[in-house]
Amino acid sequence: MSRRDLSPAALFELAVGGERRSLGRLLTLVERGGPDADTITELSYRAGGAGHVVGITGAPGAGKSTLVGQLVRTIAEAGKRPAVLAVDPSSPLSGGAILGDRVRMDDVVADHDAFIRSMATRGHQGGLALAIPGAVRVLDAAGYDPVIIETVGVGQVEVDVAAAADTTVVVVNPGWGDAVQANKAGLLEVADIFVVNKADRPGAGDARRDLELMLDLSHVSGQEDEGFRPEIVLTTATDGTGAAEVVAAIDAHRAHLGTGDRLAARRRAQVREEIRVRLEQLLGHRIDEAVADDPTGDIARATAGDLSPAAAATAALTDLLSGES
Amino acid sequence: MTDDRASTESDRTGVARDEWQAAYDAAELRDVPFETMSGVPVEPVYGDGPYPGQYPFTRGVYPSMYRSRLWTMRMFAGFGTAEDTNARFKELLRNGGTGLSTAFDMPTLMGRDSNSEWSTGEVGRAGVAVDTLADMEDLFADIDLGGVSTSMTINGPAPMLLAMYIATAEKGGTARADLAGTIQNDIFKEYQAQKEYIYPPRPSVRLVTDMMSFTSAEMPRWHPVSISGYHIREAGSTAAHELAFTLANGFAYVEAAVAAGLDIDDFAPRLSFFFNSHSDFFEEIGKFRAARRIWARWMKERYGATSERSMLCRFHTQTAGVSLTAQQPEVNIARVAIQALAGALGGTQSLHTDSYDEALALPTDKAARIALRTQQVVAHETGVANVADPLGGAPYVEWMTDEMERQAEEVFAHLDELGDGSILEGVYAGIDNGYFVGEIADAAYRFEREVHAGRRIIVGVNDFTDGDDGQQNLLRIDAETEEYQLKRLAAVMQDRDSDAVARVLSRITTEAEDATINLMPAFIDAVQAYATEEEICQALVPVFGTYVEKAII
Amino acid sequence: MGDDVTVRIILAKLGLDGHDRGLKVVARILRDAGMEVIYLGLRQTTDSIIAAAEQEDADAIGLSMHNAGHMTLAPKMVEAVRAAQLDIPVVVGGIVPDDDLQPLLDAGVAAVLGPGSPAEDVARTVRDVVSANR
Repeated sequence: MSRRDLSPAALFELAVGGERRSLGRLLTLVERGGPDADTITELSYRAGGAGHVVGITGAPGAGKSTLVGQLVRTIAEAGKRPAVLAVDPSSPLSGGAILGDRVRMDDVVADHDAFIRSMATRGHQGGLALAIPGAVRVLDAAGYDPVIIETVGVGQVEVDVAAAADTTVVVVNPGWGDAVQANKAGLLEVADIFVVNKADRPGAGDARRDLELMLDLSHVSGQEDEGFRPEIVLTTATDGTGAAEVVAAIDAHRAHLGTGDRLAARRRAQVREEIRVRLEQLLGHRIDEAVADDPTGDIARATAGDLSPAAAATAALTDLLSGES
Repeated sequence: MTDDRASTESDRTGVARDEWQAAYDAAELRDVPFETMSGVPVEPVYGDGPYPGQYPFTRGVYPSMYRSRLWTMRMFAGFGTAEDTNARFKELLRNGGTGLSTAFDMPTLMGRDSNSEWSTGEVGRAGVAVDTLADMEDLFADIDLGGVSTSMTINGPAPMLLAMYIATAEKGGTARADLAGTIQNDIFKEYQAQKEYIYPPRPSVRLVTDMMSFTSAEMPRWHPVSISGYHIREAGSTAAHELAFTLANGFAYVEAAVAAGLDIDDFAPRLSFFFNSHSDFFEEIGKFRAARRIWARWMKERYGATSERSMLCRFHTQTAGVSLTAQQPEVNIARVAIQALAGALGGTQSLHTDSYDEALALPTDKAARIALRTQQVVAHETGVANVADPLGGAPYVEWMTDEMERQAEEVFAHLDELGDGSILEGVYAGIDNGYFVGEIADAAYRFEREVHAGRRIIVGVNDFTDGDDGQQNLLRIDAETEEYQLKRLAAVMQDRDSDAVARVLSRITTEAEDATINLMPAFIDAVQAYATEEEICQALVPVFGTYVEKAII
Repeated sequence: MGDDVTVRIILAKLGLDGHDRGLKVVARILRDAGMEVIYLGLRQTTDSIIAAAEQEDADAIGLSMHNAGHMTLAPKMVEAVRAAQLDIPVVVGGIVPDDDLQPLLDAGVAAVLGPGSPAEDVARTVRDVVSANR
């Protein structure tokens, strides 16, 4: 029977039981949003929560997919079940996307219990900020641990990812002031681990020094979190050099989170952030409706020039907040 | 060259003309009338110098060009089992041929044996299947390898196939020093366009330089690399990028070989090139002329070559397979004729003309014959072979040549910057960051959009579509070849000393770890022990790794 | 399901054949038609394509064929899709002689796009086979 005809609950049961195509289908529903996605969130919220969520970001061409492929291999060979959410931008013109990250991870899937899902940003407001934690939760509930989220490090997407991750890895390359660029892009503040990939190239040592220096400065300015200094790992992802060290650094950060209240604090922040986004979305729908339906007639008065837009908005808000729903 | 700072332009031209005349007079000429069809005698060259055979060789690599020798009509072929192709070779030699050109099947090109699960359905289809030395022995059985020149189109597993060729020759009593031929062995364009790679770029280039060193020392008549733009163009690049990427790859091999300790004037004369001839007539001619000028200038000025032979860009040309249409296929004969003419006017050293039915399948005998006849018409009936560089000096042709050069220099500057002053490092970086495949994919998509939008007319495809009477008489290859080859391989593996094979394979793995060791001797030992192509290729994987392309679209 | 749902299609080449020009052009055509293309590229096996189709919940599989392998490989792919109970269409593009068209359709291939198919045809064909299946 086609998995398209099953209910979210039936799919969820099959996915938790290990069926990949049901899990694949669930992720589609989560990504699409709406009532089915909410049902799935409800189910997976109860089931999961134990797994580690790792965000990996960096500039285009930094070698993230190759690195993630090596990490997944290393993790799977240690007997775990890693999953990857590979996020790539949608075309702003057509809304379509070419998702090519699997290419460099696929051979791992063949030999191990790993799950890779490509996801396009799809551009809709706040959609990704819900789809990512939703997808992570489903993968977690299906027993995948860790869940690695890979994104191109530009703009809102990677902020959304950092918000959903327990550990954030920032990938830079030797040369061209990559470390400086990462700093400018604000990645220094979200990074728990730095990877200097393509370390077989000249300038890898310089990149490490640049990062150390910037960490020293941020330490002075008090940005650094609770005495934790991000580790800097050199890798050559094309031949796997350094992958084990990155996995070790991820594990070390996880252990660090496990001390005191750190992990719980991160998770609380994640939940708060998700609720904020959901509220925004819920309110957004209501606002759209209010503007379209104009239940109080204030918008019509404003468009007729009898009321200022500010006054109309205030009136509409009062109506919205006192609304019966 | 003379020091003529004080002399006038016309004096210089005069000196160049005198020198050219002396060289021309010394050349042996074909015994045919150098006159028009109507009996008007024509000069061997017109216009200004530098003349053909003079630096920077824009007008041709030899003073007398086709008056001495027509381009070689080299028709690439290969099919079925080694015995099938052997019979074809012998027929060619009986008919006066002296050059053999071998096409291998896809599994052989990819370093896979016929019994690999990857090979299903592809054994012996697009070329001959070679798994072990036994197949190479069958392929060249009863052929005097000291008396022919052999071209082998293979890249990733090139050293293994060269090892098999050497072993076959020596078993038959021909010393390796007496072997003449070419092996394509151009690994850079595999990452850029053709995608028949096995290992990552750097270890693959070690194999290329190992072969360059080995042939320099032991096989003076062998051409160890044929630097190929053909596949770059087929993958969709522009003409200028075909030119630029190909020559940049050439520069990269030169840098790699020099870094491996070779003397440039030792190996550079044995480098050769392979270009595409597409349908935009003058663009192609400009490309060919620019190729010669750029190569000569870079070899002399940047790499310090002193022998003129190191500066010659000698090339083979093939008409553009990608231009062939499935619709109204006979129209392809016209396309091929025009492309072949561009190759001749561009001064190619050899030419393969495609068959009109190749858009859909391997050529039938009749189609292949028509293709050969097409270039024979160009050579013998049109008169273009009478005059070297007959279009030289025409404003449009000279402008196009300059424009091709200008665009190519832009690419070189980009790669030089990417590689921090090294074209070799720039090419590695461009492979790694997707520059080459990205540029090629962009150009391919742009062209496709223009065709789809009707802005470019392809006759029979998006206009003038009446009269397509469908596809007829396509060549089909039966499945028997695969069965035969599987049995043959099993028998060879049954008969060999498997301990000896295991020993030599483990030696290959060990030697691969030391970059100072030339791997060719170990490969020759391995093929002599009847290790299979795939076994040898796989023995390198633990050290070299494999290559998976990033998706650049 | 409505037409506003994003189509997700896998594009791949089976076997050793390295001609990927057409596959890349089609990837862009489909992206520009608003689809999400999961690009697997060269040297895939039926197993790797099935694994991707499951995990990506793909609506279709697009194969590009240039080495006369289509008569062996395309039916193998259709079989694998059925065996995995995926119930999604397989579309074949590339060099396919006219004579092979009907046998491929008989073998369960949903559509065949020959050389020189216009961009609109490519996108429309994919949309058609996907919505017929939904």
